[in-house]
Amino acid sequence: MNEVNQTPRKAEPPVADKLPGLAGTVAVAPAEKRTVRSFLRGDLGFFPVLITLALIAIYFQVATDGVFLQARNLSNLTQQIVTIGILSVAAVLVLLLGEIDLSLAAVAQACSAVTATLSVYQGWNPWLAILAGLLTGTVIGLVNGFFVAVLRVPSFIVTLAGSIGYAGFLLLILGRQSTLIIRDETIRALAPTYLDGVIGLGLPILAVASFVGFNLWERTRRARAGLKVKSPGQLALQLGGVVVVIALVLFLFQSYLGVPQSFLIWIGLVGAIWLMLKKSRFGRHLYAVGGNAEAARRAGINVTMLKIIVFALASTLAAFAGIMLASRSTAVATAISPTLLLNAIAAAVIGGVSLFGGRGTVWAVVLGSLVIGSLDNGLDLLNQEQSVKNVVQGIVLLLAVTVDALVRRNNATKTR
Amino acid sequence: MAESGTVVADNGADLAGKVPRLQLKNVSKTFGAVRALMNVDFEVYAGEVVGLVGDNGAGKSTLVKTMSGAYVPDEGQILIDGEPVAIASPTDSTRFGVETVYQDLALCDNLDVVSNLWLGRESYENYGIMRPLNEVEMERRTIEVLKTLDVKLPSVRLPVASLSGGQRQSIAVAKTILRKPKVVLLDEPTAALGVAQTRQVLNLILRLKEQGLAVVVITHNLHDVFEVVDRVIVMRLGRRVGTFDIRSTTPERLVAAITGAEYGDVPK
Repeated sequence: MNEVNQTPRKAEPPVADKLPGLAGTVAVAPAEKRTVRSFLRGDLGFFPVLITLALIAIYFQVATDGVFLQARNLSNLTQQIVTIGILSVAAVLVLLLGEIDLSLAAVAQACSAVTATLSVYQGWNPWLAILAGLLTGTVIGLVNGFFVAVLRVPSFIVTLAGSIGYAGFLLLILGRQSTLIIRDETIRALAPTYLDGVIGLGLPILAVASFVGFNLWERTRRARAGLKVKSPGQLALQLGGVVVVIALVLFLFQSYLGVPQSFLIWIGLVGAIWLMLKKSRFGRHLYAVGGNAEAARRAGINVTMLKIIVFALASTLAAFAGIMLASRSTAVATAISPTLLLNAIAAAVIGGVSLFGGRGTVWAVVLGSLVIGSLDNGLDLLNQEQSVKNVVQGIVLLLAVTVDALVRRNNATKTR
Repeated sequence: MAESGTVVADNGADLAGKVPRLQLKNVSKTFGAVRALMNVDFEVYAGEVVGLVGDNGAGKSTLVKTMSGAYVPDEGQILIDGEPVAIASPTDSTRFGVETVYQDLALCDNLDVVSNLWLGRESYENYGIMRPLNEVEMERRTIEVLKTLDVKLPSVRLPVASLSGGQRQSIAVAKTILRKPKVVLLDEPTAALGVAQTRQVLNLILRLKEQGLAVVVITHNLHDVFEVVDRVIVMRLGRRVGTFDIRSTTPERLVAAITGAEYGDVPK
């Protein structure tokens, strides 16, 4: 602290020479308490979910006599959750705004039907067909966003009505048939492909290297600006943790068939959205609108436009999730999966994204999807019936959300 | 100082010849049949804290909203540094260097202090299509500004939700200071604050004054008035009924002016 902060209140400090932008004063960050608790809350806010996940893994590992944690099963598991995972990313964007989108699953399947129809009946180039599917999603999102942001209809109602309407649109496109088989090899190969070593290992290693490099660079910049920096030990622990986790995952994939393309695309998508939320003005404004829309408006943020863009982005991502689903199952169905939407939203909430807006990170969907996917996969391995699966899933979802809510409330009272 | 009938204060000697930072001349505003402001004059000088007091419905809020651009007056003129200006919206008043801190503070509880201070005007780097936020620059400037205001926080990276009422008020004020304003309007800054936190905010107001800003404080709290204010302007039923130099008045006289027991009497 410099002399300004130590000046007693009643004394008369030098007048008018301390305007903002004062030169020459070394900026010293106020002391920051680094407790274990604040560390957990800050960087490992996922702690309760990680414990849940660990318990689930241990239980199934024991119950399935060691099948659950085999590389083959985990590789399958990661591919099973990609559709929920991508849909969950879409749900996170909308949840951060403090809104909800109940039409995501219907949009996903309707848009994949557009892609499939164009590919099968019109013989379109697969990439153009995919692009058309994604753009259909964008247009649907713009419509949703228009009703929510401009006409101020509650998003719950708009997207509930939307989900019914888009399901009808799906039936309209597919006509009488209950499924449409996709024959195009490019579309069929999107999800089930395994990547070879150069791309499969190269891209993740490159990403991790940039992440580490950026963190070190950022630390140097902060130190040069006289700001508080993380201690070398703490930084090493964090970066080391990331490197170890990625290395373990890559090792796991390599010991089976390689890195699954769909999983890499999903993680890349999560990373890109995370960067957008964390590092861009758009992302900052999105959190601001979710926290206090009126304050954001007064700060000059165009709240209406931002909401429309977020809904459009979410529906586009949903369309992509639908296309990945179609690729994995090599077909599109007219029946909309009853669990897809709720699982996607549950994955976000389990990972700690608030239903009331403004709180949570997009990485939440990775853990949340893993929890949901593990239950599904593990119960399948145990040959349980759908009835048992539903009950267990419901209970664990409720427990995870409850634990999360309790921990968060506890933290909130401690920080006050 | 055209309307010398109302603008008479004991410290007139100090202010003689100076041009007010912000001045309202003969401003009137009606809402339907309600005459909220009737031919009100107002002035605040650089390096001065003006207290705007009055009972409920006296027209304090309407007057401040006129200055901040939320209301457009039916009649009258607004001058900044002696120049007439047209303020038709809050954006206009911001452009002319008039910043308002409303009672609700307009903070995003989920964002940290730095993000709140820079909301809507974030500093960013320009690498072509990539324009990442410049967190280092924003954090450095935030610490600087908080230091000039003598605001102490455990960390500028804490979410605003975890701060005390006084700290939150300080953040809301610091947010306006980043824009280098000429005039800061504070609406009931100490309402709902405890003793220590009120102390903090009053200290902050003195800091603003030291930096040469013109400060207007709307308040119900006469204790605050005598702590930090230089001049008190009393409103009653849409009119300005008195101006007092704080050094030569008493709480009793202020209360009398506010309630109308001393109607229209301007102390010499």
